[in-house]
Amino acid sequence: MLEVKDLYVNYGAVEAIKGISFCVKPGEIVTLIGANGAGKTTTLHTISGLTKAKSGSITYNDHDLLKTEPSKIITLGIAHVPEGRHVFPQMSVEDNLQMGAYISNNKDEIEESMKDVYEKFPRLKERRKQLAGTLSGGEQQMLAVGRALMSKPSIVLMDEPSMGLSPLLVKEVFAIIQEIHQAGITVLLNEQNAKMALSIADRAYVLETGTISISGDAKELLQDERVKKAYLGQ
Amino acid sequence: MPKKIKTNYIINVVGLLVLFFALYAAFETKVFGSRTNYFMGIATTACYTIIVVTSLNLLVGVMGEFSLGHAGFMSVGAYASAVLTNAIADKGIPTFILFLLAILTGGIAAAITGVLVGIPTLKLRGDYLAIVTVAFAEIIRVAFTNFEITGGGRTMSGIAKLSNFYWVFWVMVICVTIMYMFIRSRFGRTVKAIREDYIAASASGVNVTFYKVLTFTVSAFFAGIGGAIYAHYMTAMIPTSFNFMYSAEFLTEVIIGGTGSMTGSVIGAAFLSALPEMMRAFARYRMLGYSIVLVLVMIFKPGGIFGTWEFSLSRILGKLTGKGRKEASSK
Repeated sequence: MLEVKDLYVNYGAVEAIKGISFCVKPGEIVTLIGANGAGKTTTLHTISGLTKAKSGSITYNDHDLLKTEPSKIITLGIAHVPEGRHVFPQMSVEDNLQMGAYISNNKDEIEESMKDVYEKFPRLKERRKQLAGTLSGGEQQMLAVGRALMSKPSIVLMDEPSMGLSPLLVKEVFAIIQEIHQAGITVLLNEQNAKMALSIADRAYVLETGTISISGDAKELLQDERVKKAYLGQ
Repeated sequence: MPKKIKTNYIINVVGLLVLFFALYAAFETKVFGSRTNYFMGIATTACYTIIVVTSLNLLVGVMGEFSLGHAGFMSVGAYASAVLTNAIADKGIPTFILFLLAILTGGIAAAITGVLVGIPTLKLRGDYLAIVTVAFAEIIRVAFTNFEITGGGRTMSGIAKLSNFYWVFWVMVICVTIMYMFIRSRFGRTVKAIREDYIAASASGVNVTFYKVLTFTVSAFFAGIGGAIYAHYMTAMIPTSFNFMYSAEFLTEVIIGGTGSMTGSVIGAAFLSALPEMMRAFARYRMLGYSIVLVLVMIFKPGGIFGTWEFSLSRILGKLTGKGRKEASSK
């Protein structure tokens, strides 16, 4: 279980996260929704060690993540799909996936994970020798997700997977998230597209300028008047 | 697959031997007459320049960071090895062993400097790092001007002449091969990933700073070897020759040859170290020529003349014999 308690994160003098607490239980899809600058990305970055926390605690299965080396966090089974399709543009699709399995030294295991990823994303297999930068936006997002799966994670942190994608591709990405979830992987999802996120999630937290304003069952939040007004445009 | 790798090895070794013996025959039979020694000197210069330029390409091409202080690492290697050989030259050690000791000392001294400079500075990126490396090379230069053991601001002379072309050629081959293998290895892929996107790389579990310092150190090591060869070829040196212009020259050669292409570095370094000798009469316009070529390359071929393309002897042979069309590329 991933548990965030009373977390504070500062960028210089600016308080980005002001004491949030939430948890993600095994097998859940939990979504953090909120506007730009609410602190969603900062939260995920702090969990995977890319940003330092000021105070508070983050634990994953009894490991204190704030005291763990950033490069070791992924070995605990936490994979991060960064916002804005961070692929390695001048490297081939295959090398990108290889990088995802960076923590593993077992060639057979890597081979197997790669086969799984190609099965899930046949398009990546077709383009495995192509440079990642030449892929379309949707394909790059799939590659970023595929790369995260290469480390055989137990939980995936997804940062705005629908950003900049056409509505059709957004649907596809969400179908993939559900597929990953069905394969037994826990998902923590950051989304601006609140409607889509809430419709697939179990539980949700609404972030507003660094604090959690509303939380609860995702289906209930879909009906919540405040959420409807602020995030669903109804 | 292993069979193909094996044949690739054999082809490359044979290719290198042919090149070596062609040069050997040319120099030994003195086809150039009285100018033989002069051409051998150019060839030696080309060899150590190739080592330094290729090592700089590790930083610029693979890690994607600029260093404008590579002459600094080179001078550390040069002075460290010269001090060593001056101390033990008359102890009756065979010259070949002495030569090996000298280049290793040069490499290790430069590598240690690389770590020392790398750890505090490699959190910097791009222009900022470039500025720090300029400052570093200046500090080294001024330091050597003030050390008594290196002759101070005067020329340090009387260094044993250990570098001869035949040895230097093979040292160059070994250094370039090791660097090539470094690029092709897991390490190389990881360093490239950092260059491409350091957020995604660290999200994949890569310790970014460690790899940057490592690459910096490896690069400094080989620059130090280049410096050691330089010292024992020139037999006399002065700190001011390792100035900013020298560093800039290496960078020019990397960029003209092609950032990320070992072939580009090798050919760029060989060509550009031979060129000024060939055109002695225009020596004072050399840097002007460099700048013009650099501007033209940046406009018409921003990736350098060779881009990231690598020369492959086995691929060419494969094409010539019409076999192995999809040959895996190798040096």
